[in-house]
Amino acid sequence: MAEPLIELKEIYKVYQMGEEEVRANDGVTMTILRGEFVAIVGKSGSGKSTLMNIIGALDVPSDGEYLLGGADVGSMSDNQLAQIRNKMIGFIFQQYNLLPRLNLLENVELPLLYSGAGTEERKERAMASLERVGLAEKWKNLPNQLSGGQQQRVSIARALAGNPSLILADEPTGALDSKTSRDVLDFLKELNDEGNTIVMITHDSTIALEARRVIRVHDGKINFDGDVNEYSAIL
Amino acid sequence: MNILQSFKMALKSIWGNKMRSFLTMLGIIIGVASVIILVSLVNGQMSYMKDSFTSMGTNQMTVRLTNLTTRYADVDDMYQFYNDNRDLFSHMTPSVSVSATLKYGTESLEDTTVTGVSEEYLDMKDQTLNAGRFISYSDIASRQKVCVVGYYVAWKLYGSVDNAIDKTIKMNGSAYRIVGVISRQDEDELEAGGTDDILYLPYSSAAKMNNTARISNYVFATSDTDYTAKAKESLETFLMGIYKDDSLFRVTAMSEMLESLDSMISMMSMVLGGIAGISLLVAGVGVMNIMLVSVTERTREIGIRKALGAKKINIMQQFVIEAAVTSSLGGVVGIVVGSVATTIVGAAIGITATPTPGAVIVSFSVSVGIGLLFGYMPASRAANLSPIDALRSE
Ligand SMILES: Nc1ncnc2c1ncn2[C@@H]1O[C@H](COP(=O)(O)OP(=O)(O)O)[C@@H](O)[C@H]1O
Ligand SMILES: [Mg+2]
Repeated sequence: MAEPLIELKEIYKVYQMGEEEVRANDGVTMTILRGEFVAIVGKSGSGKSTLMNIIGALDVPSDGEYLLGGADVGSMSDNQLAQIRNKMIGFIFQQYNLLPRLNLLENVELPLLYSGAGTEERKERAMASLERVGLAEKWKNLPNQLSGGQQQRVSIARALAGNPSLILADEPTGALDSKTSRDVLDFLKELNDEGNTIVMITHDSTIALEARRVIRVHDGKINFDGDVNEYSAIL
Repeated sequence: MNILQSFKMALKSIWGNKMRSFLTMLGIIIGVASVIILVSLVNGQMSYMKDSFTSMGTNQMTVRLTNLTTRYADVDDMYQFYNDNRDLFSHMTPSVSVSATLKYGTESLEDTTVTGVSEEYLDMKDQTLNAGRFISYSDIASRQKVCVVGYYVAWKLYGSVDNAIDKTIKMNGSAYRIVGVISRQDEDELEAGGTDDILYLPYSSAAKMNNTARISNYVFATSDTDYTAKAKESLETFLMGIYKDDSLFRVTAMSEMLESLDSMISMMSMVLGGIAGISLLVAGVGVMNIMLVSVTERTREIGIRKALGAKKINIMQQFVIEAAVTSSLGGVVGIVVGSVATTIVGAAIGITATPTPGAVIVSFSVSVGIGLLFGYMPASRAANLSPIDALRSE
């Protein structure tokens, strides 16, 4: 039995909008084990991004406990959170979020730069990561010289470079056509087969079906959590 | 992430935004260059003035008397005082200005500075003779019609120094015999009214030519510049004893004038440096503006970097170093521009102005300081952005 990587207990995230309270996350409890491939699905406004920000240590919950690899993230300082993001999490964004003025290699090197790796090690690991997504030859190119699918692959390479415990993908196919979406999803599956833990946020149920486990949120609460086959049955 | 990497990153970002970086630097360049130009030109002009003062002798003081029929000091009184105070004074000479036209044959000179002096004058002024001898005590005692001329006079009227010796020269109608020629003073130029267009004659003869019985100007030299204050005081005490009224005489020490010139120089340098400093400050505000714009423009980049694990300090470093590198690059260019412009402008208005190390060092450190100072605020704003807010921005 694999050990838990993510443990959320009664997570609340409350935004005060004037008089009104918005409960973006309203008592979320879940456990994700190492090696899982989980899709978090839900309609727009259901609280997916808020949940992902908390899981990604980009934000802290208003209430509740979040353990990542056993460490209590909820009580961490800004610097500790930065370190968690750097060492434990590889982000894949919908808009790729590559830095336009850096070449591919430099983009992929960024997480290693902030982890304090030496110049040689950085180059080597970033290059290996680019190799992994099949873009090693283009390392000198700037992001805007690539297609959307290629840019997303660079962002995957960047997410992999630091060898994180968790790959967190926010609508990774949102900006891609169906053919390249397919490639990206296959690649994520491949990574999962190799043992990587993947959490993918999506509003699209058919994309969610690519995962092994699906968690559906609605109005800040979890209203489904189960195997992908169970999920496809209720669709 | 170390400082070296931050530097590389800063250089990359500066290079990647050439136009923006250049505009930021422009303010600094203009500021630094104007500090250097202003301070260096003022310094050049002032040190030229100072040099000419110094060449007049910093150990000298001039005495100017207003002789009345009832209260007066004549030459004998002054010599008496001088001889009583040889511990303080090394030289003394009466000084009688004569306005005269010099003639030899058909040639004449109008602008020559003609002065009646004592036998000590040559020594006192540290001048040497090219040929012949200087005026002697006996020339003065017997009011000899002899004179010593400057190099220009010898050259202009007689063609050469050797030709001038023992020739006669006509001064306001009376004939004087040239007994000596002073060595050339100005190696660059020989011109009418210049330092070599001079003539010395015995002060007694000069007084006679001016029809004055009493001499009203004297020059004293102290045996040491440290004695200036004491020497001046004893002169004033002596003259007060005779005139009983300090408006009837005036003792002016060159070194005092030099001191006031010195303080004037530093005043001027400070005022002008201050004005130029304000332009540097304005440049600093420009740097801050551009850095603020750059932070806003690059909020998304900051968000991405934070998501990938950049700490506050990393973002802070990135922006501060970028600002510091921008302004020091601007500073270096400003130094080059300022130095070149100083030389060009100096040559154009006839001053030998070289950029002073002080101006260079101060303006450079101020520009780097400004970069750090005005880079800090936008940088800390950038560093304190929350990663989600920064990522959300478009
Ligand atoms: N920073 C915020 N301030 C106020 N309300 C917010 C903020 N972020 C999200 N919300 C609200 O929280 C709810 C969930 O939003 P979000 O997590 O972005 O949903 P999703 O990503 O599923 O579309 C929405 O009602 C949204 O308006
Ligand atoms: Mg969302």
